[in-house]
Amino acid sequence: MTLPAEKAPAAGPAAGKLVAEHVTVVFGHGRRAHTVLDDVGLTVPEGTTVGLVGESGSGKSTLAKAMVGLVRPRSGRILLDGAEVSGLRGARLTAARRRIQLISQDPNSSLDPRMRIGRALAEAIDPRRADPRAHADQIAAGLEMVALEPDAARRHPHEFSGGQRQRIAIARALVARPEVVVADEITSALDCSVQAEVLNLLARLRAELRLTMLFISHDLAVVRHVSDSVAVMHRGAIVERGDIYAAPSHPYTRRLLASAPSLPPKETR
Amino acid sequence: MIRSSRGLAAGLAGLGLIAVLAVAAPLVWGGDAAHLSGAAREGVSGEHWLGTDALGRDVLARTLVATRLTLVMTVIATAIAGTIGVLLGTAVWVAGPRVREIGLRLIDVMVSYPAIILALAVAAILGAGTVAAVVAIGVAWSPAFARLTANLAASVAGRDFVSAARLLGVPPHRILVRHLLPNIAEPLLVLLSVAFAGTLTALSGLSFIGLGVQAPSYDWGALLNTGLDALYTNPAEALGPAVAITLTGVLAGFVGDGLAAGADPHRVGIPGRVKKVPLPAAPPEDDGALLTVDGLCVSAGDVDLVDGVSFTVRPGEIVGVVGESGSGKSLTAMAVARLLPDTVTADARALRLDDLDLLAGAAPDRLATEIGVVYQDPAASFNPALRIGGQLTEVLRRHRGLGRRAARERAAEALDAVRITRPEARLRQHPHELSGGMRQRAMIASALLTGPRLLIADEPTTALDVTVQAEILELLREANRRDGTAMLFISHDIGVIASLCHRVLVMYAGRIVEELPVADLAAGRARHPYTRALLDATPRLDTDGDGGAELTTIPGRPPAPADRPAGCAFASRCALVMPRCTEERPAAVAVGTDHRAACHAVALTVEETAS
Ligand SMILES: Nc1ncnc2c1ncn2[C@@H]1O[C@H](COP(=O)(O)OP(=O)(O)OP(=O)(O)O)[C@@H](O)[C@H]1O
Ligand code: SF4
Ligand SMILES: [Mg+2]
Repeated sequence: MTLPAEKAPAAGPAAGKLVAEHVTVVFGHGRRAHTVLDDVGLTVPEGTTVGLVGESGSGKSTLAKAMVGLVRPRSGRILLDGAEVSGLRGARLTAARRRIQLISQDPNSSLDPRMRIGRALAEAIDPRRADPRAHADQIAAGLEMVALEPDAARRHPHEFSGGQRQRIAIARALVARPEVVVADEITSALDCSVQAEVLNLLARLRAELRLTMLFISHDLAVVRHVSDSVAVMHRGAIVERGDIYAAPSHPYTRRLLASAPSLPPKETR
Repeated sequence: MIRSSRGLAAGLAGLGLIAVLAVAAPLVWGGDAAHLSGAAREGVSGEHWLGTDALGRDVLARTLVATRLTLVMTVIATAIAGTIGVLLGTAVWVAGPRVREIGLRLIDVMVSYPAIILALAVAAILGAGTVAAVVAIGVAWSPAFARLTANLAASVAGRDFVSAARLLGVPPHRILVRHLLPNIAEPLLVLLSVAFAGTLTALSGLSFIGLGVQAPSYDWGALLNTGLDALYTNPAEALGPAVAITLTGVLAGFVGDGLAAGADPHRVGIPGRVKKVPLPAAPPEDDGALLTVDGLCVSAGDVDLVDGVSFTVRPGEIVGVVGESGSGKSLTAMAVARLLPDTVTADARALRLDDLDLLAGAAPDRLATEIGVVYQDPAASFNPALRIGGQLTEVLRRHRGLGRRAARERAAEALDAVRITRPEARLRQHPHELSGGMRQRAMIASALLTGPRLLIADEPTTALDVTVQAEILELLREANRRDGTAMLFISHDIGVIASLCHRVLVMYAGRIVEELPVADLAAGRARHPYTRALLDATPRLDTDGDGGAELTTIPGRPPAPADRPAGCAFASRCALVMPRCTEERPAAVAVGTDHRAACHAVALTVEETAS
């Protein structure tokens, strides 16, 4: 299926579709204050995918949440099409939010265990009424997109395996027709063959919908595969950008490359 | 579990009877209860089973009639407590972080006063009387609800599906009604029944000391009060209402316990569920095996989810299980751990952990201590409402009979062993206060706590980042080296499997299609077409990197459990498929040491090289 993207006003070429400018996020107050993101700058140009790698607790997910407005930066700005979204409130925030969708990492927590799949997708299409009967076709098409049968709509999340649930979460984000997708570890719970499918699927949707994507993963091979450019995050700061595979310059990047669980090189098989 | 569901039934039935009594009693015995017989303070007799009161009225009739007022008051007070509490608790959650913090503190302070003291304070302000008592008790119990609601809401609100709903633009009140309340309903119900018992006692207490129901109305508490005056002349007069209060409270307790057991996410399937398949037991193929699984089938209704799986795990060996989502990896592992959900049943020719026959059921102590389990779902592996300490020490205290202190020390040591800093402090924290990686380490600590001989780890690193994953894998290697703990390690990531395990089982559509030593996998000697396709679909650091090139995918998807063909389940996706494949299920053939593949094409080449 094809999902027509809403046409956004064209931004200046240098602006980037989604931009983080000097974003600092601090959790807690006073003595317990803990700086999670420290003056982070990141630009995702329209129609491209930027990969973000880094270790647990380095702040990748926090940056993802700040990008979509779930976390409010203490200072700095998030810009969508050149307009600041980080300061919005109320209805304008809601409107801006639907243009950026977050797909998160844990398939066990991304779906409401009490809600049938159909209703969860209906909620993504119409957040107020969430009536699955009114959007049956769209729901079926969304499930089809992630290789699930239409009758999955009638079932509850616990009836699916982890990988299937993650595909449903992806379908839910995509039926909302976002312009930007922030994908936080979305394939870490998937099998290779499904992962390959999802990665190919994302590539197709990127082209068809002119989707712009921030792709976060711990899997360097996956990030390398899907991204136009890669940024490395370490302890709340972006430490390296560009061609990290051929010539890693930061010591952390080298450590990251070294701890990737590896398969034997293809040639020997 | 059986006991508690019986308790639930008994509790509900009992409360039902009492409710019927509340409706009927004033109609049936209303006259007797008000009738002045002239025989004041008479003892027990055939006419008056519990004697008469100071005005000569029948005590039994009065006790029965009082059921209505008592029950109505209790229900209203509980409803008031629940409503105020839930509103407060959710309001605190909906409000901003500042208000939330102050609100939570306030609730904490209120909870720390016993409800009865609060009730006395409110009753003193409102004055004596039925309505005042109900309001007082209702208000007094509301902080308990508020705190539970706030805690539960906080743990649900932190889950991804709530943020997803917010991002989709679902208004806050709808998130509350659609996502939050349904997910916290069960524990709230449990508290409701506990509160029912509590308000009943408290209301009776108020009436007893004269602050509650005033004459000429009467509830059980008021009857107890008048009965106490005659304690020496007619003890039965106090006994009636006392028994009524106790019985109703206990029944409500049964209901609460039953509901609580039903709400427990780790409710374990009834031991003894695994039935023996009436087939001659296959000769044990591996005498030294620690775990022997032979012909394991797991089915939901008539559908086989796991279809004839056989394998062994030797002492000290790490066996990896790899396969697509839905291939039955988790069900296989959970069947071994005897932790299958109630909705599925398992059959096997043999299922044995050393000398322990897992088919025979029973021996929950040995099961709990000899098999450690690390779950796939770190969010569900700990109960969000309880502190880490209590959850870690529970198995030690229950199955190992350790005292509280000793168990805590062991738990702290175990956390230390998985390199969790400040273990003592962690024991006092709730699961959501730990990061994902830490929670998974705590889970591993908990699984290793009893010194199990087999550790079952179901995707323990799936949600973690690569450097943390490397740490966790190192922890597992260490436990394996240090204690010789054998492991059944499940992962969909063939790279992780290759770096940790000694031997690999490849599962597809509920069956094991290939079994091979990791060395063979690494050397590219995998034989089954599915295993080879899996390897080809994996993006890799060394060769990929053109950004966006198509990955090799396996066309189609695995058949749903109900649609599995009679022949090879991979046939519809296999490049080497031949006519025989769709008709005949391939048997496993040996292709090397510890290396077997279930594939007709492989069998053919083996035959050719043999002849
Ligand atoms: N309680 C259940 N009732 C009915 N079917 C179930 C149940 N649990 C699992 N299944 C089905 O059984 C099959 C195997 O499930 P299982 O969870 O073992 O897969 P898995 O290999 O662990 O997958 P994943 O890698 O996604 O965790 C799937 O088709 C699944 O939908
Ligand atoms: S048995 Fe046939 S269909 Fe199945 S994997 Fe082997 S060749 Fe392919
Ligand atoms: Mg699983």
